[in-house]
Amino acid sequence: MTANEALFDYTLRLGDDALILSQRLGEWCGHAPALEADLSLTNVALDLIGQATLFLTYAGEIEGKGRDADKLAFHRDVNKFRNSLLVEQPNGDFGRTIARQFIFSTYQRALYQELMRSSDPRLAEIAAKALKETTYHAELAAEWVVRLGDGTEESHERVEDGFEWCWRFVEELFTAEPADAGLISAGIAVDPAKLRASFDATLAATFAEATLALPKYPRPVTGGRKGHHSEHLGHLLAEMQFLPRAYPDAVW
Amino acid sequence: MYTTEMSKNPTRQGPSAAEPPELLEAFEARVANDEFIEPKDWMPEAYRKTLIRQISQHAHSEIVGMLPEGNWITRAPSLRRKAVLLAKVQDEGGHGLYLYSAAETLGTSRDEMLDALHSGKAKYSTIFNYPTLTWADIGAIGWLVDGAAIMNQVPLQRTSYGPYARAMVRVCKEESFHQRQGFEIMMRLAAGTPEQKAMAQDALNRWWWPSIMMFGPPDENSPNTAQSVRWRIKRETNDELRQKFVDVTVPQAESIGLTVPDKDLKWNEARGQYDYGAIDWEEFWAVVKGEGPVAKERVKARTEAWEKGAWVREAALAHAAKQAARRQKEAV
Ligand SMILES: [Fe+2]
Ligand SMILES: [Fe+2]
Repeated sequence: MTANEALFDYTLRLGDDALILSQRLGEWCGHAPALEADLSLTNVALDLIGQATLFLTYAGEIEGKGRDADKLAFHRDVNKFRNSLLVEQPNGDFGRTIARQFIFSTYQRALYQELMRSSDPRLAEIAAKALKETTYHAELAAEWVVRLGDGTEESHERVEDGFEWCWRFVEELFTAEPADAGLISAGIAVDPAKLRASFDATLAATFAEATLALPKYPRPVTGGRKGHHSEHLGHLLAEMQFLPRAYPDAVW
Repeated sequence: MYTTEMSKNPTRQGPSAAEPPELLEAFEARVANDEFIEPKDWMPEAYRKTLIRQISQHAHSEIVGMLPEGNWITRAPSLRRKAVLLAKVQDEGGHGLYLYSAAETLGTSRDEMLDALHSGKAKYSTIFNYPTLTWADIGAIGWLVDGAAIMNQVPLQRTSYGPYARAMVRVCKEESFHQRQGFEIMMRLAAGTPEQKAMAQDALNRWWWPSIMMFGPPDENSPNTAQSVRWRIKRETNDELRQKFVDVTVPQAESIGLTVPDKDLKWNEARGQYDYGAIDWEEFWAVVKGEGPVAKERVKARTEAWEKGAWVREAALAHAAKQAARRQKEAV
């Protein structure tokens, strides 16, 4: 992989994580447990789609083959997507959605805090711009984890089940791809392993407040960064991509 | 419309025995003078009841209205369209919130209002009982339904009840944005490939009549209009608003090369307005009664969201109570 290809791949990962999670959150719109929760999930979805647009636009420029953000979002097949397995997981109940959001946004906040110092000015700029909203997502999710964990017996159990579903996907977030080595040493990409301590600390503090037991991580499941996804992503894309695929000549 | 009178029976018109004539007179005078009535002010019971019904219907329409458009969020054809649609549906949820809050100032609660929606007792705009079948329906809703909402809500910014009027000021700003983005979707489709143009025309064919029905029954069949106009709860009649909407919308359709599906539609030089064909009021009343094509789906979706979310709302309350107890303990 050339340095340019590695940067393309890295930027795609950033964009795909935001895009796919936004798509999942959009499924909640109109169906959340209360109007306020509906609005805040939509808010997160909106922020993420904004981030996805910025990263995918940049990825297209890096690639230099004339693909824009829409082309990348709507005309790639499942094995070309580079998002983590976590973000493509089905929403489940509100407990699982919150568990997924807490894990992802806590990771993403730590990531952007580093990426805003990237030697690549575009990545640095996008991360700096997105940090504030991502901090809000992480705080929102943490507040819900506490509410659900500390709330009732049922909510405690449900949010615990939600986390149980997600633990196997945590490792992938903190694992660099072999092709990243050059980018990391050049100060372009963030070494995700370095973010783990901050993640673990936030998790421990939030879980203590939520009266939840710390995880016993199962064997990790990975593959998303290489395009080996869960069965869920194909269905998500079938829905998301159907119009541009059915009418390839149309402009919307 | 979002707030139209959906009852065929007039509400009680006369003052109730318990209402002192001098208070009533002073109230009527303030309203006639275009003053705002505020939550703490004295008001006739019938005024309060009519407002609660109207504002809660309006609020329900906003949140039920999230469903037909929400149906296309995951399938919007570009990132920009997806973001705009998400933001639009979110705005509608926000409108629901302001309106529930405005209704609560009249002595009802959001839970009571939602119970009435879920049990089928409360109504919401008939328009949301029609399905969104293609992407063009998202354009048609923004253009026609938000367009109609603006017609109805602009005058409500001067409605006599202060909290309702102020909610409308915030809402109207956003509705004009929704109308423009809806029209822009239609414009793009109408200028697109033959399939896209056909999609746009088909959407207009299906949404036109339900949209002009939204303004509610004709004036001669709208028993509460006179009282509502006198109380400045309504500022223009259903037929007046409908006519305005037709007059504004027909040229817009023509400008993008779409045809309004009404063979009787023609410009009336003498009136300076469009004449339009007969509206199928039987369909309207059937939809009001809950027999719209997707009425069952809409109520089911709202009820399910509410029931499936019960544990979350309970958890939030339980956590808040525990926290309050802990704080109290610390304070002792
Ligand atoms: Fe609205
Ligand atoms: Fe609207």
